[in-house]
Amino acid sequence: MNKRNLLLFGLLAVLYLATGIFQSWNLAFNILNLGLLSAIMALGVNMQWGYAGLFNTGIMGFVALGGLAVVLTSTAPVPEGWAAGGWGIMAGLAFGVAVIFAGMQIYQRMAKGRARNLALFVLLVGGFFAYRAIFDPAVEAVEAFNPATAGNIGGLGLPSILAWPLGGLLAAVAAWMIGKIALGLRSDYLAIATLGIAEIIIAVLKNEDWLARGVKNIIDLPRPWPVPYEVDLQQSVAFLDWAARYGLDPVTSSSIVVKLLYAVLFGIVLFAVVWLSELALNSPWGRMMRSIRDNEVAAEAMGKDVTRRHLQVFVIGSAVVGFAGAMMTSMDGQLTPGTYNPLRFTFLIWVMVIVGGSGNNWGAVLGGLLIGWLWLIVESLGPGVMSVLTYGLADGVLKTHLVDSAAHMRLLTMGVILLLVLRFSPRGLIPEK
Amino acid sequence: MDVLNAIVAFLNFVVIPATAYGAQLALGALGATLVYGVLRFSNFAQGDTMAFGTMVTILMTWWLQSMGVSFGPLPTALLALPVGIAVTAAFLLMTDRIVYRFYRQQRAAPTILVIVSLGVMFVMNGITRLIIGVEEQNFSDGERFVITAREFKEWTGLAEGLAIKTTQAVTLVTAVLVVVWLFWFLQKTRTGKSMRAFSDNEDLALLSGINPNRVVNVTWIIVAALATIAGVLYGLDKSFKPFTYFQLLLPIFAAAVVGGLGNPIGAIAGGFVIAFSEVFVTYAWKKVVTYLVPESMAPDNLIQLLSTDYKIAVSFIILIIVLLFMPTGLFKGKSG
Repeated sequence: MNKRNLLLFGLLAVLYLATGIFQSWNLAFNILNLGLLSAIMALGVNMQWGYAGLFNTGIMGFVALGGLAVVLTSTAPVPEGWAAGGWGIMAGLAFGVAVIFAGMQIYQRMAKGRARNLALFVLLVGGFFAYRAIFDPAVEAVEAFNPATAGNIGGLGLPSILAWPLGGLLAAVAAWMIGKIALGLRSDYLAIATLGIAEIIIAVLKNEDWLARGVKNIIDLPRPWPVPYEVDLQQSVAFLDWAARYGLDPVTSSSIVVKLLYAVLFGIVLFAVVWLSELALNSPWGRMMRSIRDNEVAAEAMGKDVTRRHLQVFVIGSAVVGFAGAMMTSMDGQLTPGTYNPLRFTFLIWVMVIVGGSGNNWGAVLGGLLIGWLWLIVESLGPGVMSVLTYGLADGVLKTHLVDSAAHMRLLTMGVILLLVLRFSPRGLIPEK
Repeated sequence: MDVLNAIVAFLNFVVIPATAYGAQLALGALGATLVYGVLRFSNFAQGDTMAFGTMVTILMTWWLQSMGVSFGPLPTALLALPVGIAVTAAFLLMTDRIVYRFYRQQRAAPTILVIVSLGVMFVMNGITRLIIGVEEQNFSDGERFVITAREFKEWTGLAEGLAIKTTQAVTLVTAVLVVVWLFWFLQKTRTGKSMRAFSDNEDLALLSGINPNRVVNVTWIIVAALATIAGVLYGLDKSFKPFTYFQLLLPIFAAAVVGGLGNPIGAIAGGFVIAFSEVFVTYAWKKVVTYLVPESMAPDNLIQLLSTDYKIAVSFIILIIVLLFMPTGLFKGKSG
């Protein structure tokens, strides 16, 4: 790290401190936690884009899969749901996988021609209807059980913190499947394909009520291990004494302590990811990845298996994003599929990577924390700024409209920042070495 | 067995809506494919360009309505359309001047241009939301139907009705006019020919004295027109909501890729392929089947292949199949 980078991080710290002093520490820690999460996601995207030049616009999907992992890991199982049709659902899914596998075998083993097409068609169409015949009644049975509070199969009832690596794993498995299909494609096709996959993942989360209750949402997810609940803190004598000794308000300070603990946890994960990424980037593997990015043909001529390496880095990067997605859901304590928006969870992360400096891990961290801060601070300051800007205007429809829509200013701001950085500093704030 | 009623139900619930939707997608995909052909990148701002153009048209429509102007039985928005196109064209030309031209001169990689278009997408999305908000807007007025289901039933004595909404008729007529004009322009005029030459082989076109800035500017104007028309037709037919337009990006790209990126005929065919597959797969066939099979075999479930919530998966699956098995699309497009 040179002086310039230290200065940049120092300025960033000043921004967060100023938020704490001039607005509130609660807000500052809120932003910090989301900034840390964004930084981890940006690191994942940086691996794919910065090291390997893969253009993935499906980040939202992996974030959501991480969130799903939290539900599947930490909520209590619903035995009635399982009894009603959980195994039927599993059988249906297994059957679906078997049909697809059989289709792949037919495609690979039969000679090209009409017979193969016909066999594939019969298998896939027949398989689809058979799958629906097994799957649908089971789903209906599961969703019929107590739909107001359950209607799903629940999770494993394991500690919440285990969901984080599992979120990474789930995202990695999905990325492997997607990569197998889409990584042979040219770069903008990969972008279009991943954009679609992310939308499909969200559609599944919204509509498969048996899985995570769809748009009925899952609330009250248990907290990860060291983080206490505010209510418990406010009733604990030790905490109240401690707060009284420093003259702090117990309600505010309990919520700050909780956020601080999250920040510590997220910070540990962030530094672990940065450390591992730096090791990887400066190893022969990292040099190989960059050489593939800069000249695929030459790398292939040197005997590197480009497709395989692409798949590898795509899976690793997505796993990191899924890990962060799980952390985010377990901090929020709820999974609400309706809130996943590609502008926020895909394209904003891209802005972070580009602004921070693609190819540089510290750049991704800086971009995540900086853009994350800006995104949330504009949300909280926007209306105020807008009322100052429209001060001269007479009260009326226009003024109300402008003040109300100030929240949308941030999309505009992000777009302008992205365009400015791309134009005047295309290598980002902390360029690749 | 009641074949006639089955056909009417099929036309009413599948063919007519899918045709209108297909025409809207085709126009959108034409815009995307032209950008790809001439400027050589996938424009992620296409959906938001549609939203922007539609927003301007809606504002103009409101103004016309407040002045008491109407277009008789047709939607007033059609009168406002030229203004929408003009403003959108001006905006796109400005974007090109401030943003894209720099990268064109640098001969930046297509991926960089795609990322730049992400930035433009953010800006356009922000402007649209800032001006008109995120809520749904219905701006269709005039007669609602060309033929109502009740009239059709009285007229033919069939049990099934066939309704044609004005917006569907307007969509088809407009789309046909636009496409005919576009092909005439591309095939017969000097500018159109230079656009095709530029798209086929940039260096050769430059060598033969074609002015690249002119080609690019004309392309942006046509893209603005196509996107605005597609967006307004979609909005008249369904409704306008910025986020829905953003999500149209996937079916539009699927249509353009299925037809072969950079190929205008392909974009039109692709639009209809995507629209018909979407409606076919998500339509509940119960009604049609009930008419066709003996009463004892009448189905008791909906016979819907996929729930409508998964319609995005349809465009996606078609896209993937085409990319894997015929990467240049149904009609030969550019591909690498």
